[in-house]
Amino acid sequence: MSTEGLTKTFPDGLTAVVGLDLEVASGEIFGLLGPNGAGKTTTIGMLTTRVVPTGGRALVGGVDVVRRPSKAKREIGVVPQTNTLDRSLNVWENLYFHGRYFGIDRAGARARTDELLARFQLTDKATRKVGTLSGGMAQRLMVARALLHEPRVLFLDEPTTGLDPQSRIALWDLLRDLHGAGQTIVLTTHYMEEADRLCDRLGIIDSGAMLALGTPSELKAGLDADSVVDIAADGDLDELARALTRVPGVSRTDVRDNGVRVFAPVVTGMLPPLLASAQATGATIRDVSVSEPTLESVFIALTGRDLRE
Amino acid sequence: MSEGAGYPAIPSTARDRSDRHAATVAFAGLLMRDLRVLTKERGRFMVRTVSQPLLLVFVFTYVLPSIGRDFGGSTDGGSFTDILVPGVLAIAILIKGVQAVALPLVHEFGYTKEIEDRIMAPLPVWAVAMEKITAGAAQGLVAAAIVAPIVAIVPAEAVQLEISWLVLVVVLLMASVLGSALGLVMGTYVEPDDVPLMFSVVILPATFLGATYFPWAELETIRWLQVAVLANPLVYIAEGFRFALTPQFPHMPPWAILGALTLFTIGSCLLGIRGFKRRVLS
Repeated sequence: MSTEGLTKTFPDGLTAVVGLDLEVASGEIFGLLGPNGAGKTTTIGMLTTRVVPTGGRALVGGVDVVRRPSKAKREIGVVPQTNTLDRSLNVWENLYFHGRYFGIDRAGARARTDELLARFQLTDKATRKVGTLSGGMAQRLMVARALLHEPRVLFLDEPTTGLDPQSRIALWDLLRDLHGAGQTIVLTTHYMEEADRLCDRLGIIDSGAMLALGTPSELKAGLDADSVVDIAADGDLDELARALTRVPGVSRTDVRDNGVRVFAPVVTGMLPPLLASAQATGATIRDVSVSEPTLESVFIALTGRDLRE
Repeated sequence: MSEGAGYPAIPSTARDRSDRHAATVAFAGLLMRDLRVLTKERGRFMVRTVSQPLLLVFVFTYVLPSIGRDFGGSTDGGSFTDILVPGVLAIAILIKGVQAVALPLVHEFGYTKEIEDRIMAPLPVWAVAMEKITAGAAQGLVAAAIVAPIVAIVPAEAVQLEISWLVLVVVLLMASVLGSALGLVMGTYVEPDDVPLMFSVVILPATFLGATYFPWAELETIRWLQVAVLANPLVYIAEGFRFALTPQFPHMPPWAILGALTLFTIGSCLLGIRGFKRRVLS
């Protein structure tokens, strides 16, 4: 899958995506990470033929999505952000008819439906109305539907938003299994943890533009993203934060619920001065932990703001 | 293996077919899906189809004549039954077509955008719209087939039919496509929440003023109304059925009926497809 200068300006003048260049190799899990409104859904919309680009090109499985949308649709499977299951049909029928749309014959569609229901632990829900499924089950059914016609690329738009933690982990496991079987996967997310744990490579996107591209560790190492020292403490946390900011080598601090988070490019040799200046404020230190740069600090380094803002 | 290059082995489902073949198969698949939904809802379908025509025919052509309060017929000798029967058929086929297409679009375009389930099928968006028109038209024809025996049996006095079958088939086909295409126009240009309201605001007036309870020609005493109702496509459907079933009674000239039906049908199909594309693509 690849894009060249992919751009979308809506009729109201809003430019959602600007000149996106992207290449996803076969078998890869690629993540588009960015805050809400960054242009992730518009990008997925263009790649999946539902949003018509105003500039550039997108190829999926070698097929131009603008010139040959019908062909492109056979190359892709889509799990949209909202529940688009066919409410007039039951669980089994949702998969079966999807197979029929994609030219699988009656016996083939039946067999494939049964197989996918079993694999996604939905066999006992086969005759349920889709409106009665829990969020996690509906999501699994949508993934099954997207996979039914064996697409080359599976697209998932914010797949775990609104899922309970258990279903989220189950979906991650499922996606890892698919990845293991060679499925190419493109997903969007605004959860750093999801991007970090799941994706081979990431594109960080904000205001419709790609800011950085690479593996999670490349991104964390390559940018001047800071390591993090979390100091759990009792006392006047604002004063503590001010004191810690003055320690040479600290780039910024952030007051948290139970302490202060310190960002610094290099942690080695930093702990003694940090602790000394913390103690000087009279705060009681309960715990200190050091972590490598996170994607959150990468994002802050790139945009100067928090992913959740 | 299809293309080497590290892709997993993919059995040939629809992938290697031509676009046209894949689209045809997808179109058929969507029709099968609609048929499946219809068979599930057959009870509701019957009730919706039968209730209004049955009541109309029962009250106006059985009860009123039986208690001696007949409206009287047309000036050319037909009874009210002869006038009402083509009108009831026209209402049934139009309303069914509009309902069959416009109502499902309410939740398909609703906030979950369920329509994407069908839009992602491997056929062009305009073909998905055409499938909706086709399925709606088929439902309109089924409705006509259900209503026909009712209007034949219920009236106290037999309808004086002089059926011209060719005209009947042509009018049936055009009327059914026109009805569902109008449903597509309504379902795509009206906000989903307002579609049910349209049945009171547009469909109900259209059925009362659609030359259904009176022949269009006899409106000449209310000239402004006779001209105004020409904008109502139901007029041509009702007059078309009059021409096909009871040509001995007054009706519009055949060229006007067929010409207007053709124009309205093509126009609403094009408009509906355009509206559908605007809704699903951005």
